[in-house]
Amino acid sequence: MRYLFRTDYRQDTSLARHGGDLFWYGLLLIVMIAFPMLLGEFYVGEMGGVFIFAIAGVGLMLLVGYTGLISLGHAAFLGIGAYTNSVLLARGVPFVITLPLAGVFTALCGAAIGLPTLRMSGLYLAIATLAFGSIVGTIFQKWSSVTGGFDGFAVPTPTIFGVGLDGATGIYYVSLAVLIFVLWISANMLRSPMGRAMVAIRDSEVSAQSMGINLARYKAMAFAISAGMTGLAGGLFAHYVRFLAPDAFDVLLSVQFVTIVFVGGLGSLHGAIFGAIFVRLLPQFIAIVRDDLPFGIGRLPGLEPSLFGLVLVLVILFQPGGINGIWLKAKHWFTAFPFKRQTSSRRQKSYAKSERLR
Amino acid sequence: MSLFEAQNISVRFGGIRAVDDVSFNVEKGEVFSIIGPNGAGKTTIFNLISRIYNSTEGKLILDGQDFTKTPPNLVAGMGIARTFQNIELFPNATLLQNLLIGRHCHSTVGLFSQLAFTGATRRAEIQHREKAEDVIAFLGMQRYRDALIANLPYGVRKVVELGRALCIEPKLLLLDEPSSGLNVEETEGMGFWIEDIKKDLGITVIMVEHDMALVNQVSDRVMALNYGKVLAMGSPRDVQTHPEVVKAYLGGDLEDAA
Repeated sequence: MRYLFRTDYRQDTSLARHGGDLFWYGLLLIVMIAFPMLLGEFYVGEMGGVFIFAIAGVGLMLLVGYTGLISLGHAAFLGIGAYTNSVLLARGVPFVITLPLAGVFTALCGAAIGLPTLRMSGLYLAIATLAFGSIVGTIFQKWSSVTGGFDGFAVPTPTIFGVGLDGATGIYYVSLAVLIFVLWISANMLRSPMGRAMVAIRDSEVSAQSMGINLARYKAMAFAISAGMTGLAGGLFAHYVRFLAPDAFDVLLSVQFVTIVFVGGLGSLHGAIFGAIFVRLLPQFIAIVRDDLPFGIGRLPGLEPSLFGLVLVLVILFQPGGINGIWLKAKHWFTAFPFKRQTSSRRQKSYAKSERLR
Repeated sequence: MSLFEAQNISVRFGGIRAVDDVSFNVEKGEVFSIIGPNGAGKTTIFNLISRIYNSTEGKLILDGQDFTKTPPNLVAGMGIARTFQNIELFPNATLLQNLLIGRHCHSTVGLFSQLAFTGATRRAEIQHREKAEDVIAFLGMQRYRDALIANLPYGVRKVVELGRALCIEPKLLLLDEPSSGLNVEETEGMGFWIEDIKKDLGITVIMVEHDMALVNQVSDRVMALNYGKVLAMGSPRDVQTHPEVVKAYLGGDLEDAA
């Protein structure tokens, strides 16, 4: 079992807690870079999809898992990013500019939706963001001079410094780079005053305020950063699907994002990645086993959404830590072997519940 | 000049005057206690000072500066820290993170510097960490440093909340029932800490408290409230023997009632 012996405050502010972290994350990075050389186009494409969803998942995780604000409108942010990137690209702006612009513009949209919804929380915020999502969806349909409406929008092939990214591999590497960038930003945020302010808002607004945290400012910033990351994912998503249709960015996609966050494990960046893997791979898994299921279950319509819903409910009921929670428990089991106790991962019940000032 | 002054503050919730024309001033380096039966308006005064409630009338002054209209999130930066009656820590963060959130009003690093975690951010973080570590040493909480608040016992949480308030490096510390929910020993310990805060750190304290032993142990002056009005103010002994105060706690004698 590893015991961290700290001799310098610098150790607590650095990203890697110890040499083991550096080794494992480095190994993971090498495997991810080598991935397209080892496996076929199909797997590379799927993995690219996982990365794109993970980017959006990290963005939503910052909002839901760390700031405690729910959003059912993140598909709209993905759409805004996708259309911004593609429309600009079609007008001849280079990809290295359109992608960051997609992120920045979506972040501004996020701040714009964040500001009026600051006084809401919980169910009301969910409804407000849901409404925002459907308004944006309608705009995608009706503003056909820009978005192509229901006819759709063929996304031009991006080039980076003269190299065309037409295959799955190109998008794979760009997505990987953006994912690493987004994770780096998030990890930095979480170890600096901004991230702590978000956690404070999540846990107790009244005392966050007494600590000098400007609630409106930090909530709007959290919304903006979350939306910006989702916008970046949207820009990549456009190239992943290659053809934009307004109905791709509906509420079902938003629910998938929420599933990423909850099933992955609230309040952890690892969770966003685990969740994205789950959400992208479950449909593939269903497709594989569909034909072998008994009693014709595989041919039932709506099998996929109902399975998503079922898993979401089961996770919230029985595994609030999500996949990340299972991972942490497994890790604990191995590091503490053979001293794992029945109670070691059971949270103590607290009988002193505070009466919250509202 | 007094460090803190409340001039004729009142607040009404509908028809109820929760705080009614209350004036008091607190000198620098003093421990000032507010006592009174339940519902007397003690915590409401704290919520007025920390600007969670808007006062209907009156003025609040710290160090000669009027802050009656200051937004609540700027009060900490002015040097006023508070604790809550029922503990309002951040339960899903570690003790250390809770203390560092207390340092928030001292953080000056820009957003983009934080996002990139530049050298400036790192240096500021290490400075905050050193301050937080001073508070941990002052309150003797080393063994809980990395524990989640949700896993700590109530008595320890109470001390953590005190520590978080100290991280603000306040001029004025508002303690809302520091002994509530603590056993006799813990209450005694809390009394010693309040004395240390006054003597060693030179912080002025306003305290709402029911435990008269603790009030007598630490207070320089006491104010008694009932139904939002000041009944008596003065030394702990004078206030406790004041006929109005006795009446408020024990009820009037039979002749009065008749």
